[in-house]
Amino acid sequence: MAMAYTPGLKRKEETYITRARKLPIAGDVLVKKGDKVSYDSEVAMTSLPGKVNVLNLAVILQLESSAGVHEEKRKDLGLSNYMLKEVGDKCEAGEVIAQRKTFFGLFQRECRVPCEGSIEYISEVTGQCLLREPSIPLTLDAYIPGTVKEVLPNEGVVIETPAAYMQGIFGIGGETHGELKIVSKSEDEELTEDQITEELAGKIIVGGSIIEYPTIKKAVEYGVKGILVGGIRDADLSSFLGYNIGVAITGEEKMGLTLILTEGFGKMAMAKKTLEFLKKFEGKLTCINGATQIRAGVIRPEIIIPMEEDSGDIVEDEELHLEGLRPGLPVRVIGPPYFGAIGHIVGLPVELQTVETESQVRVLEAELEDGRRVIVPRANVEMIEE
Amino acid sequence: MNMDPNNVKVILATDCGSTTSKARFFKKIGNEYRYVTSGEAPTTVEAPYEDVTLGVRNAVREVEELTGHKLLSPEGIITPSRGEDEGVDLYITTSSAGGGLQMQVAGIIRTMTAESAERAALGAGAIVMDVLAIDDGREPWEKIERMRFLRPDMILLAGGVDGGSVSHIVELAEFIKAASPRHRLGAMYEIPIVYAGNKYARPQIEELLGKQFALQVVDNIRPTLEVENPEPARSAVHQLFMEHVMSHAPGYDNLMKWTPVPIMPTPAGEGAMFRTFAQDQKANLIGVGLGGATTNVYSHYDNKFVRSVSANLGMSYSICNVLKETGLENIMRWIPFKIDRADVRDRLRNKMIRPTTIPQTLKQLIVEHAVAREALRLGLEHHKLIARPLLGAKRDQSIEERLGSQIRTGTYIDMTKVEWVGGTGGLLSHAPRRVQSMLNLIDGFGVEGVTKLFQDSVFMIPHLGVLSTVHREAALDIFEKDCLIRLGTCLAFSGKLTANDYGKDVASLKINLPDGEVLKKQIEYGTIHKIELEEGKTADIEGRVSSPFSLSLKGGNERRFNITVEGGVVGVLIDARGRPVDLPEDDDARRMKLREWFNNLEAYPESILEDD
Repeated sequence: MAMAYTPGLKRKEETYITRARKLPIAGDVLVKKGDKVSYDSEVAMTSLPGKVNVLNLAVILQLESSAGVHEEKRKDLGLSNYMLKEVGDKCEAGEVIAQRKTFFGLFQRECRVPCEGSIEYISEVTGQCLLREPSIPLTLDAYIPGTVKEVLPNEGVVIETPAAYMQGIFGIGGETHGELKIVSKSEDEELTEDQITEELAGKIIVGGSIIEYPTIKKAVEYGVKGILVGGIRDADLSSFLGYNIGVAITGEEKMGLTLILTEGFGKMAMAKKTLEFLKKFEGKLTCINGATQIRAGVIRPEIIIPMEEDSGDIVEDEELHLEGLRPGLPVRVIGPPYFGAIGHIVGLPVELQTVETESQVRVLEAELEDGRRVIVPRANVEMIEE
Repeated sequence: MNMDPNNVKVILATDCGSTTSKARFFKKIGNEYRYVTSGEAPTTVEAPYEDVTLGVRNAVREVEELTGHKLLSPEGIITPSRGEDEGVDLYITTSSAGGGLQMQVAGIIRTMTAESAERAALGAGAIVMDVLAIDDGREPWEKIERMRFLRPDMILLAGGVDGGSVSHIVELAEFIKAASPRHRLGAMYEIPIVYAGNKYARPQIEELLGKQFALQVVDNIRPTLEVENPEPARSAVHQLFMEHVMSHAPGYDNLMKWTPVPIMPTPAGEGAMFRTFAQDQKANLIGVGLGGATTNVYSHYDNKFVRSVSANLGMSYSICNVLKETGLENIMRWIPFKIDRADVRDRLRNKMIRPTTIPQTLKQLIVEHAVAREALRLGLEHHKLIARPLLGAKRDQSIEERLGSQIRTGTYIDMTKVEWVGGTGGLLSHAPRRVQSMLNLIDGFGVEGVTKLFQDSVFMIPHLGVLSTVHREAALDIFEKDCLIRLGTCLAFSGKLTANDYGKDVASLKINLPDGEVLKKQIEYGTIHKIELEEGKTADIEGRVSSPFSLSLKGGNERRFNITVEGGVVGVLIDARGRPVDLPEDDDARRMKLREWFNNLEAYPESILEDD
């Protein structure tokens, strides 16, 4: 295949980040183009339709049901004779909406609604009444501080900010914010329970090679907002979540903090350059999102460190992955036996080569940071984009 | 499509997969159609490209470069062909880009009309996101909430025999109306609904759903309890897939103009080819597409064709869902060397988050093969849940059923009566030794009796499937000569003892090889052996089987048999490991046993089979 390699995770010290903030259904936009917003500014709002309650009036009023009756013999239930409310009417919790009197009014059956709502539909065929609960207000915040670049009428806005930006490989938990705090001194240091202190409350903390379940638990207890770390064992992640993730679609977890892995599963030293990058921004407001989707339309977790001012000299370079692989490019190996090793390409043999599995694959030769020269399938490297 | 098959000499077929677009180029050489070459390129449905034709052009350009045959013009694919080296007579394509066709189905009774609707949707190549039924155990508000949450491409509503109850099907329509599910591509698109239920409920359904949805009414999928009539619903699904799903996907409006044949969902193409081959062979067949995200299983059994899709069982994106569904123990049992359990979990997670990586080490390869066995096993289990007789239908009972007064609700698939098992997908196609894919299929499916196995050579079964709908002869020609890799035949004895009984007699065999050599073999319990027999050659095997074992042949279980078996690139495997395969509980003994089997078959290099 012409481009058999994995585009790398992005990492840029200065770039423009734009984020579209869209309502799930049409609503009102609360800001205008050019407005300055904070990460917690409300930018749009809407009302989500309320839950639908199904009331079986035929059963409640004891009307003769035509369920199971052949169409030619079926009669309408005559519900309109008993309805006190019509389609579109609002009703309060406990209000009677239908009433049936029998035996000259001696017996009375009635239907009271279980909650506030409005009548959406009444069926003469099934005897069902659909009661829609009041709509639920939803407001959308800006997520990142910046300028409203575009207003999408009735839908949302696009916010732009100059920022430092990097992607993680996998995360859990959604959008959150906090001051960036480096906890692990080196990339291979473990982030341990004793390093979690009260001072870390509200912060996004950075660890080295691995975090274990007791440490994450303590971080949640102490109010840490987010953790950026090289790796985690799958067993620890499952203990934290309380279940095993099946397919990698995450971001909706409500675990008390957002966790982002920069390297992968197992003990994996954070790439040296990644740690150096993060160290530069210690103390800055950081916006993170652990949402990950590894199917069509890949979404990787993100770390955005907005700049207070636009330096004015940000140059957006071309996407690296359009260039393809070439000697000299920095790469990270993403499969055993050199998993996590960083190096640069020194050769791109054209011929297929046989690897340990006996498969014939397209390979590249890389010189790793420790000086070793290794052969790796091209599919098992990712470019380091910076 | 009006086309004279005799005028078709050059064919180009593409498949727009979720990650890769694959072009396959075929030509008529002499009197037969043959595969010429392939081209592949990343699919370009997603941002920043958002035009599927770019990926198709890149893949086709690779074919141009390899063959010197000009195929592309600024307008698209050059058709018809002009002279020897320009254009094609037929261009066809399948697609699963952007997640394929995702459907919600609904029917009154879960095991009756809802199941018929599910089978029809699966047969049309869809992924079924949810099955709604009056008796599905959920409260009405839960059904509505679920529908609101999902964003299906299409809904298939079935229910009620013609002349039966109207109110229940109307009730389902009321739920759909209340939920008002939104289209995956945005609020401006209408969701298509195919109504294939009680014909007497059509006026009410049209009144309820006609304005809000793109409603198409077709003949009842279950006009009586005894009859399942999926074709009208299936073809409506295909038509609406083109009109309402494909036409909105980026670039598909152009792609649709390039081809005179409707774009088919990839699994529908795959199924069409497995079905065509089984019909041609007049044989029962199980086929599988073991992909990165999904496992599709197809059965053509006693002339009934059924497809199932396990949407979250796969070898890359969904590899951890296999782990979740089967459990770590079931994966570990197939690994012949010592390895830390936590390490296996982390390896699979790392494959999940970087799904395009390939095994470089033998250990990684063997771990992935262990997962493949379980994905196949679970995929077939899912398949058997829908490959079963129509529930509610009056039928003639077998003598066993009458005597036992049992109600048969399980699958009708009996592995001993399956004559062919075939597979496609990256893991099978890229297995470094063919015996590895053969063993994965045997272990995963629990192949039993006498079964011929094959695999796809370079992933072209979906391409040939769509070709078979317009040019059956060409599709079969290419399938037989260039696509089908005959792995060989497996003789798997039925019956089971325990791991303590390893070594006991299972059978005595006399194998008459084509070169005149005669092999006599005493087969012991807990063993598997390989007999070299080339593709195209046959051998006669006379055998006597010891109790409690038997060799299931089409006519029944046999203790004495005389059969002719076909060879293949692997040969003939004699499998006396018990069914299901019997593995020792003790960990050391289990690893030793696996090593013995793998060594006997030369499945992997011996060095890896030693513990560190």
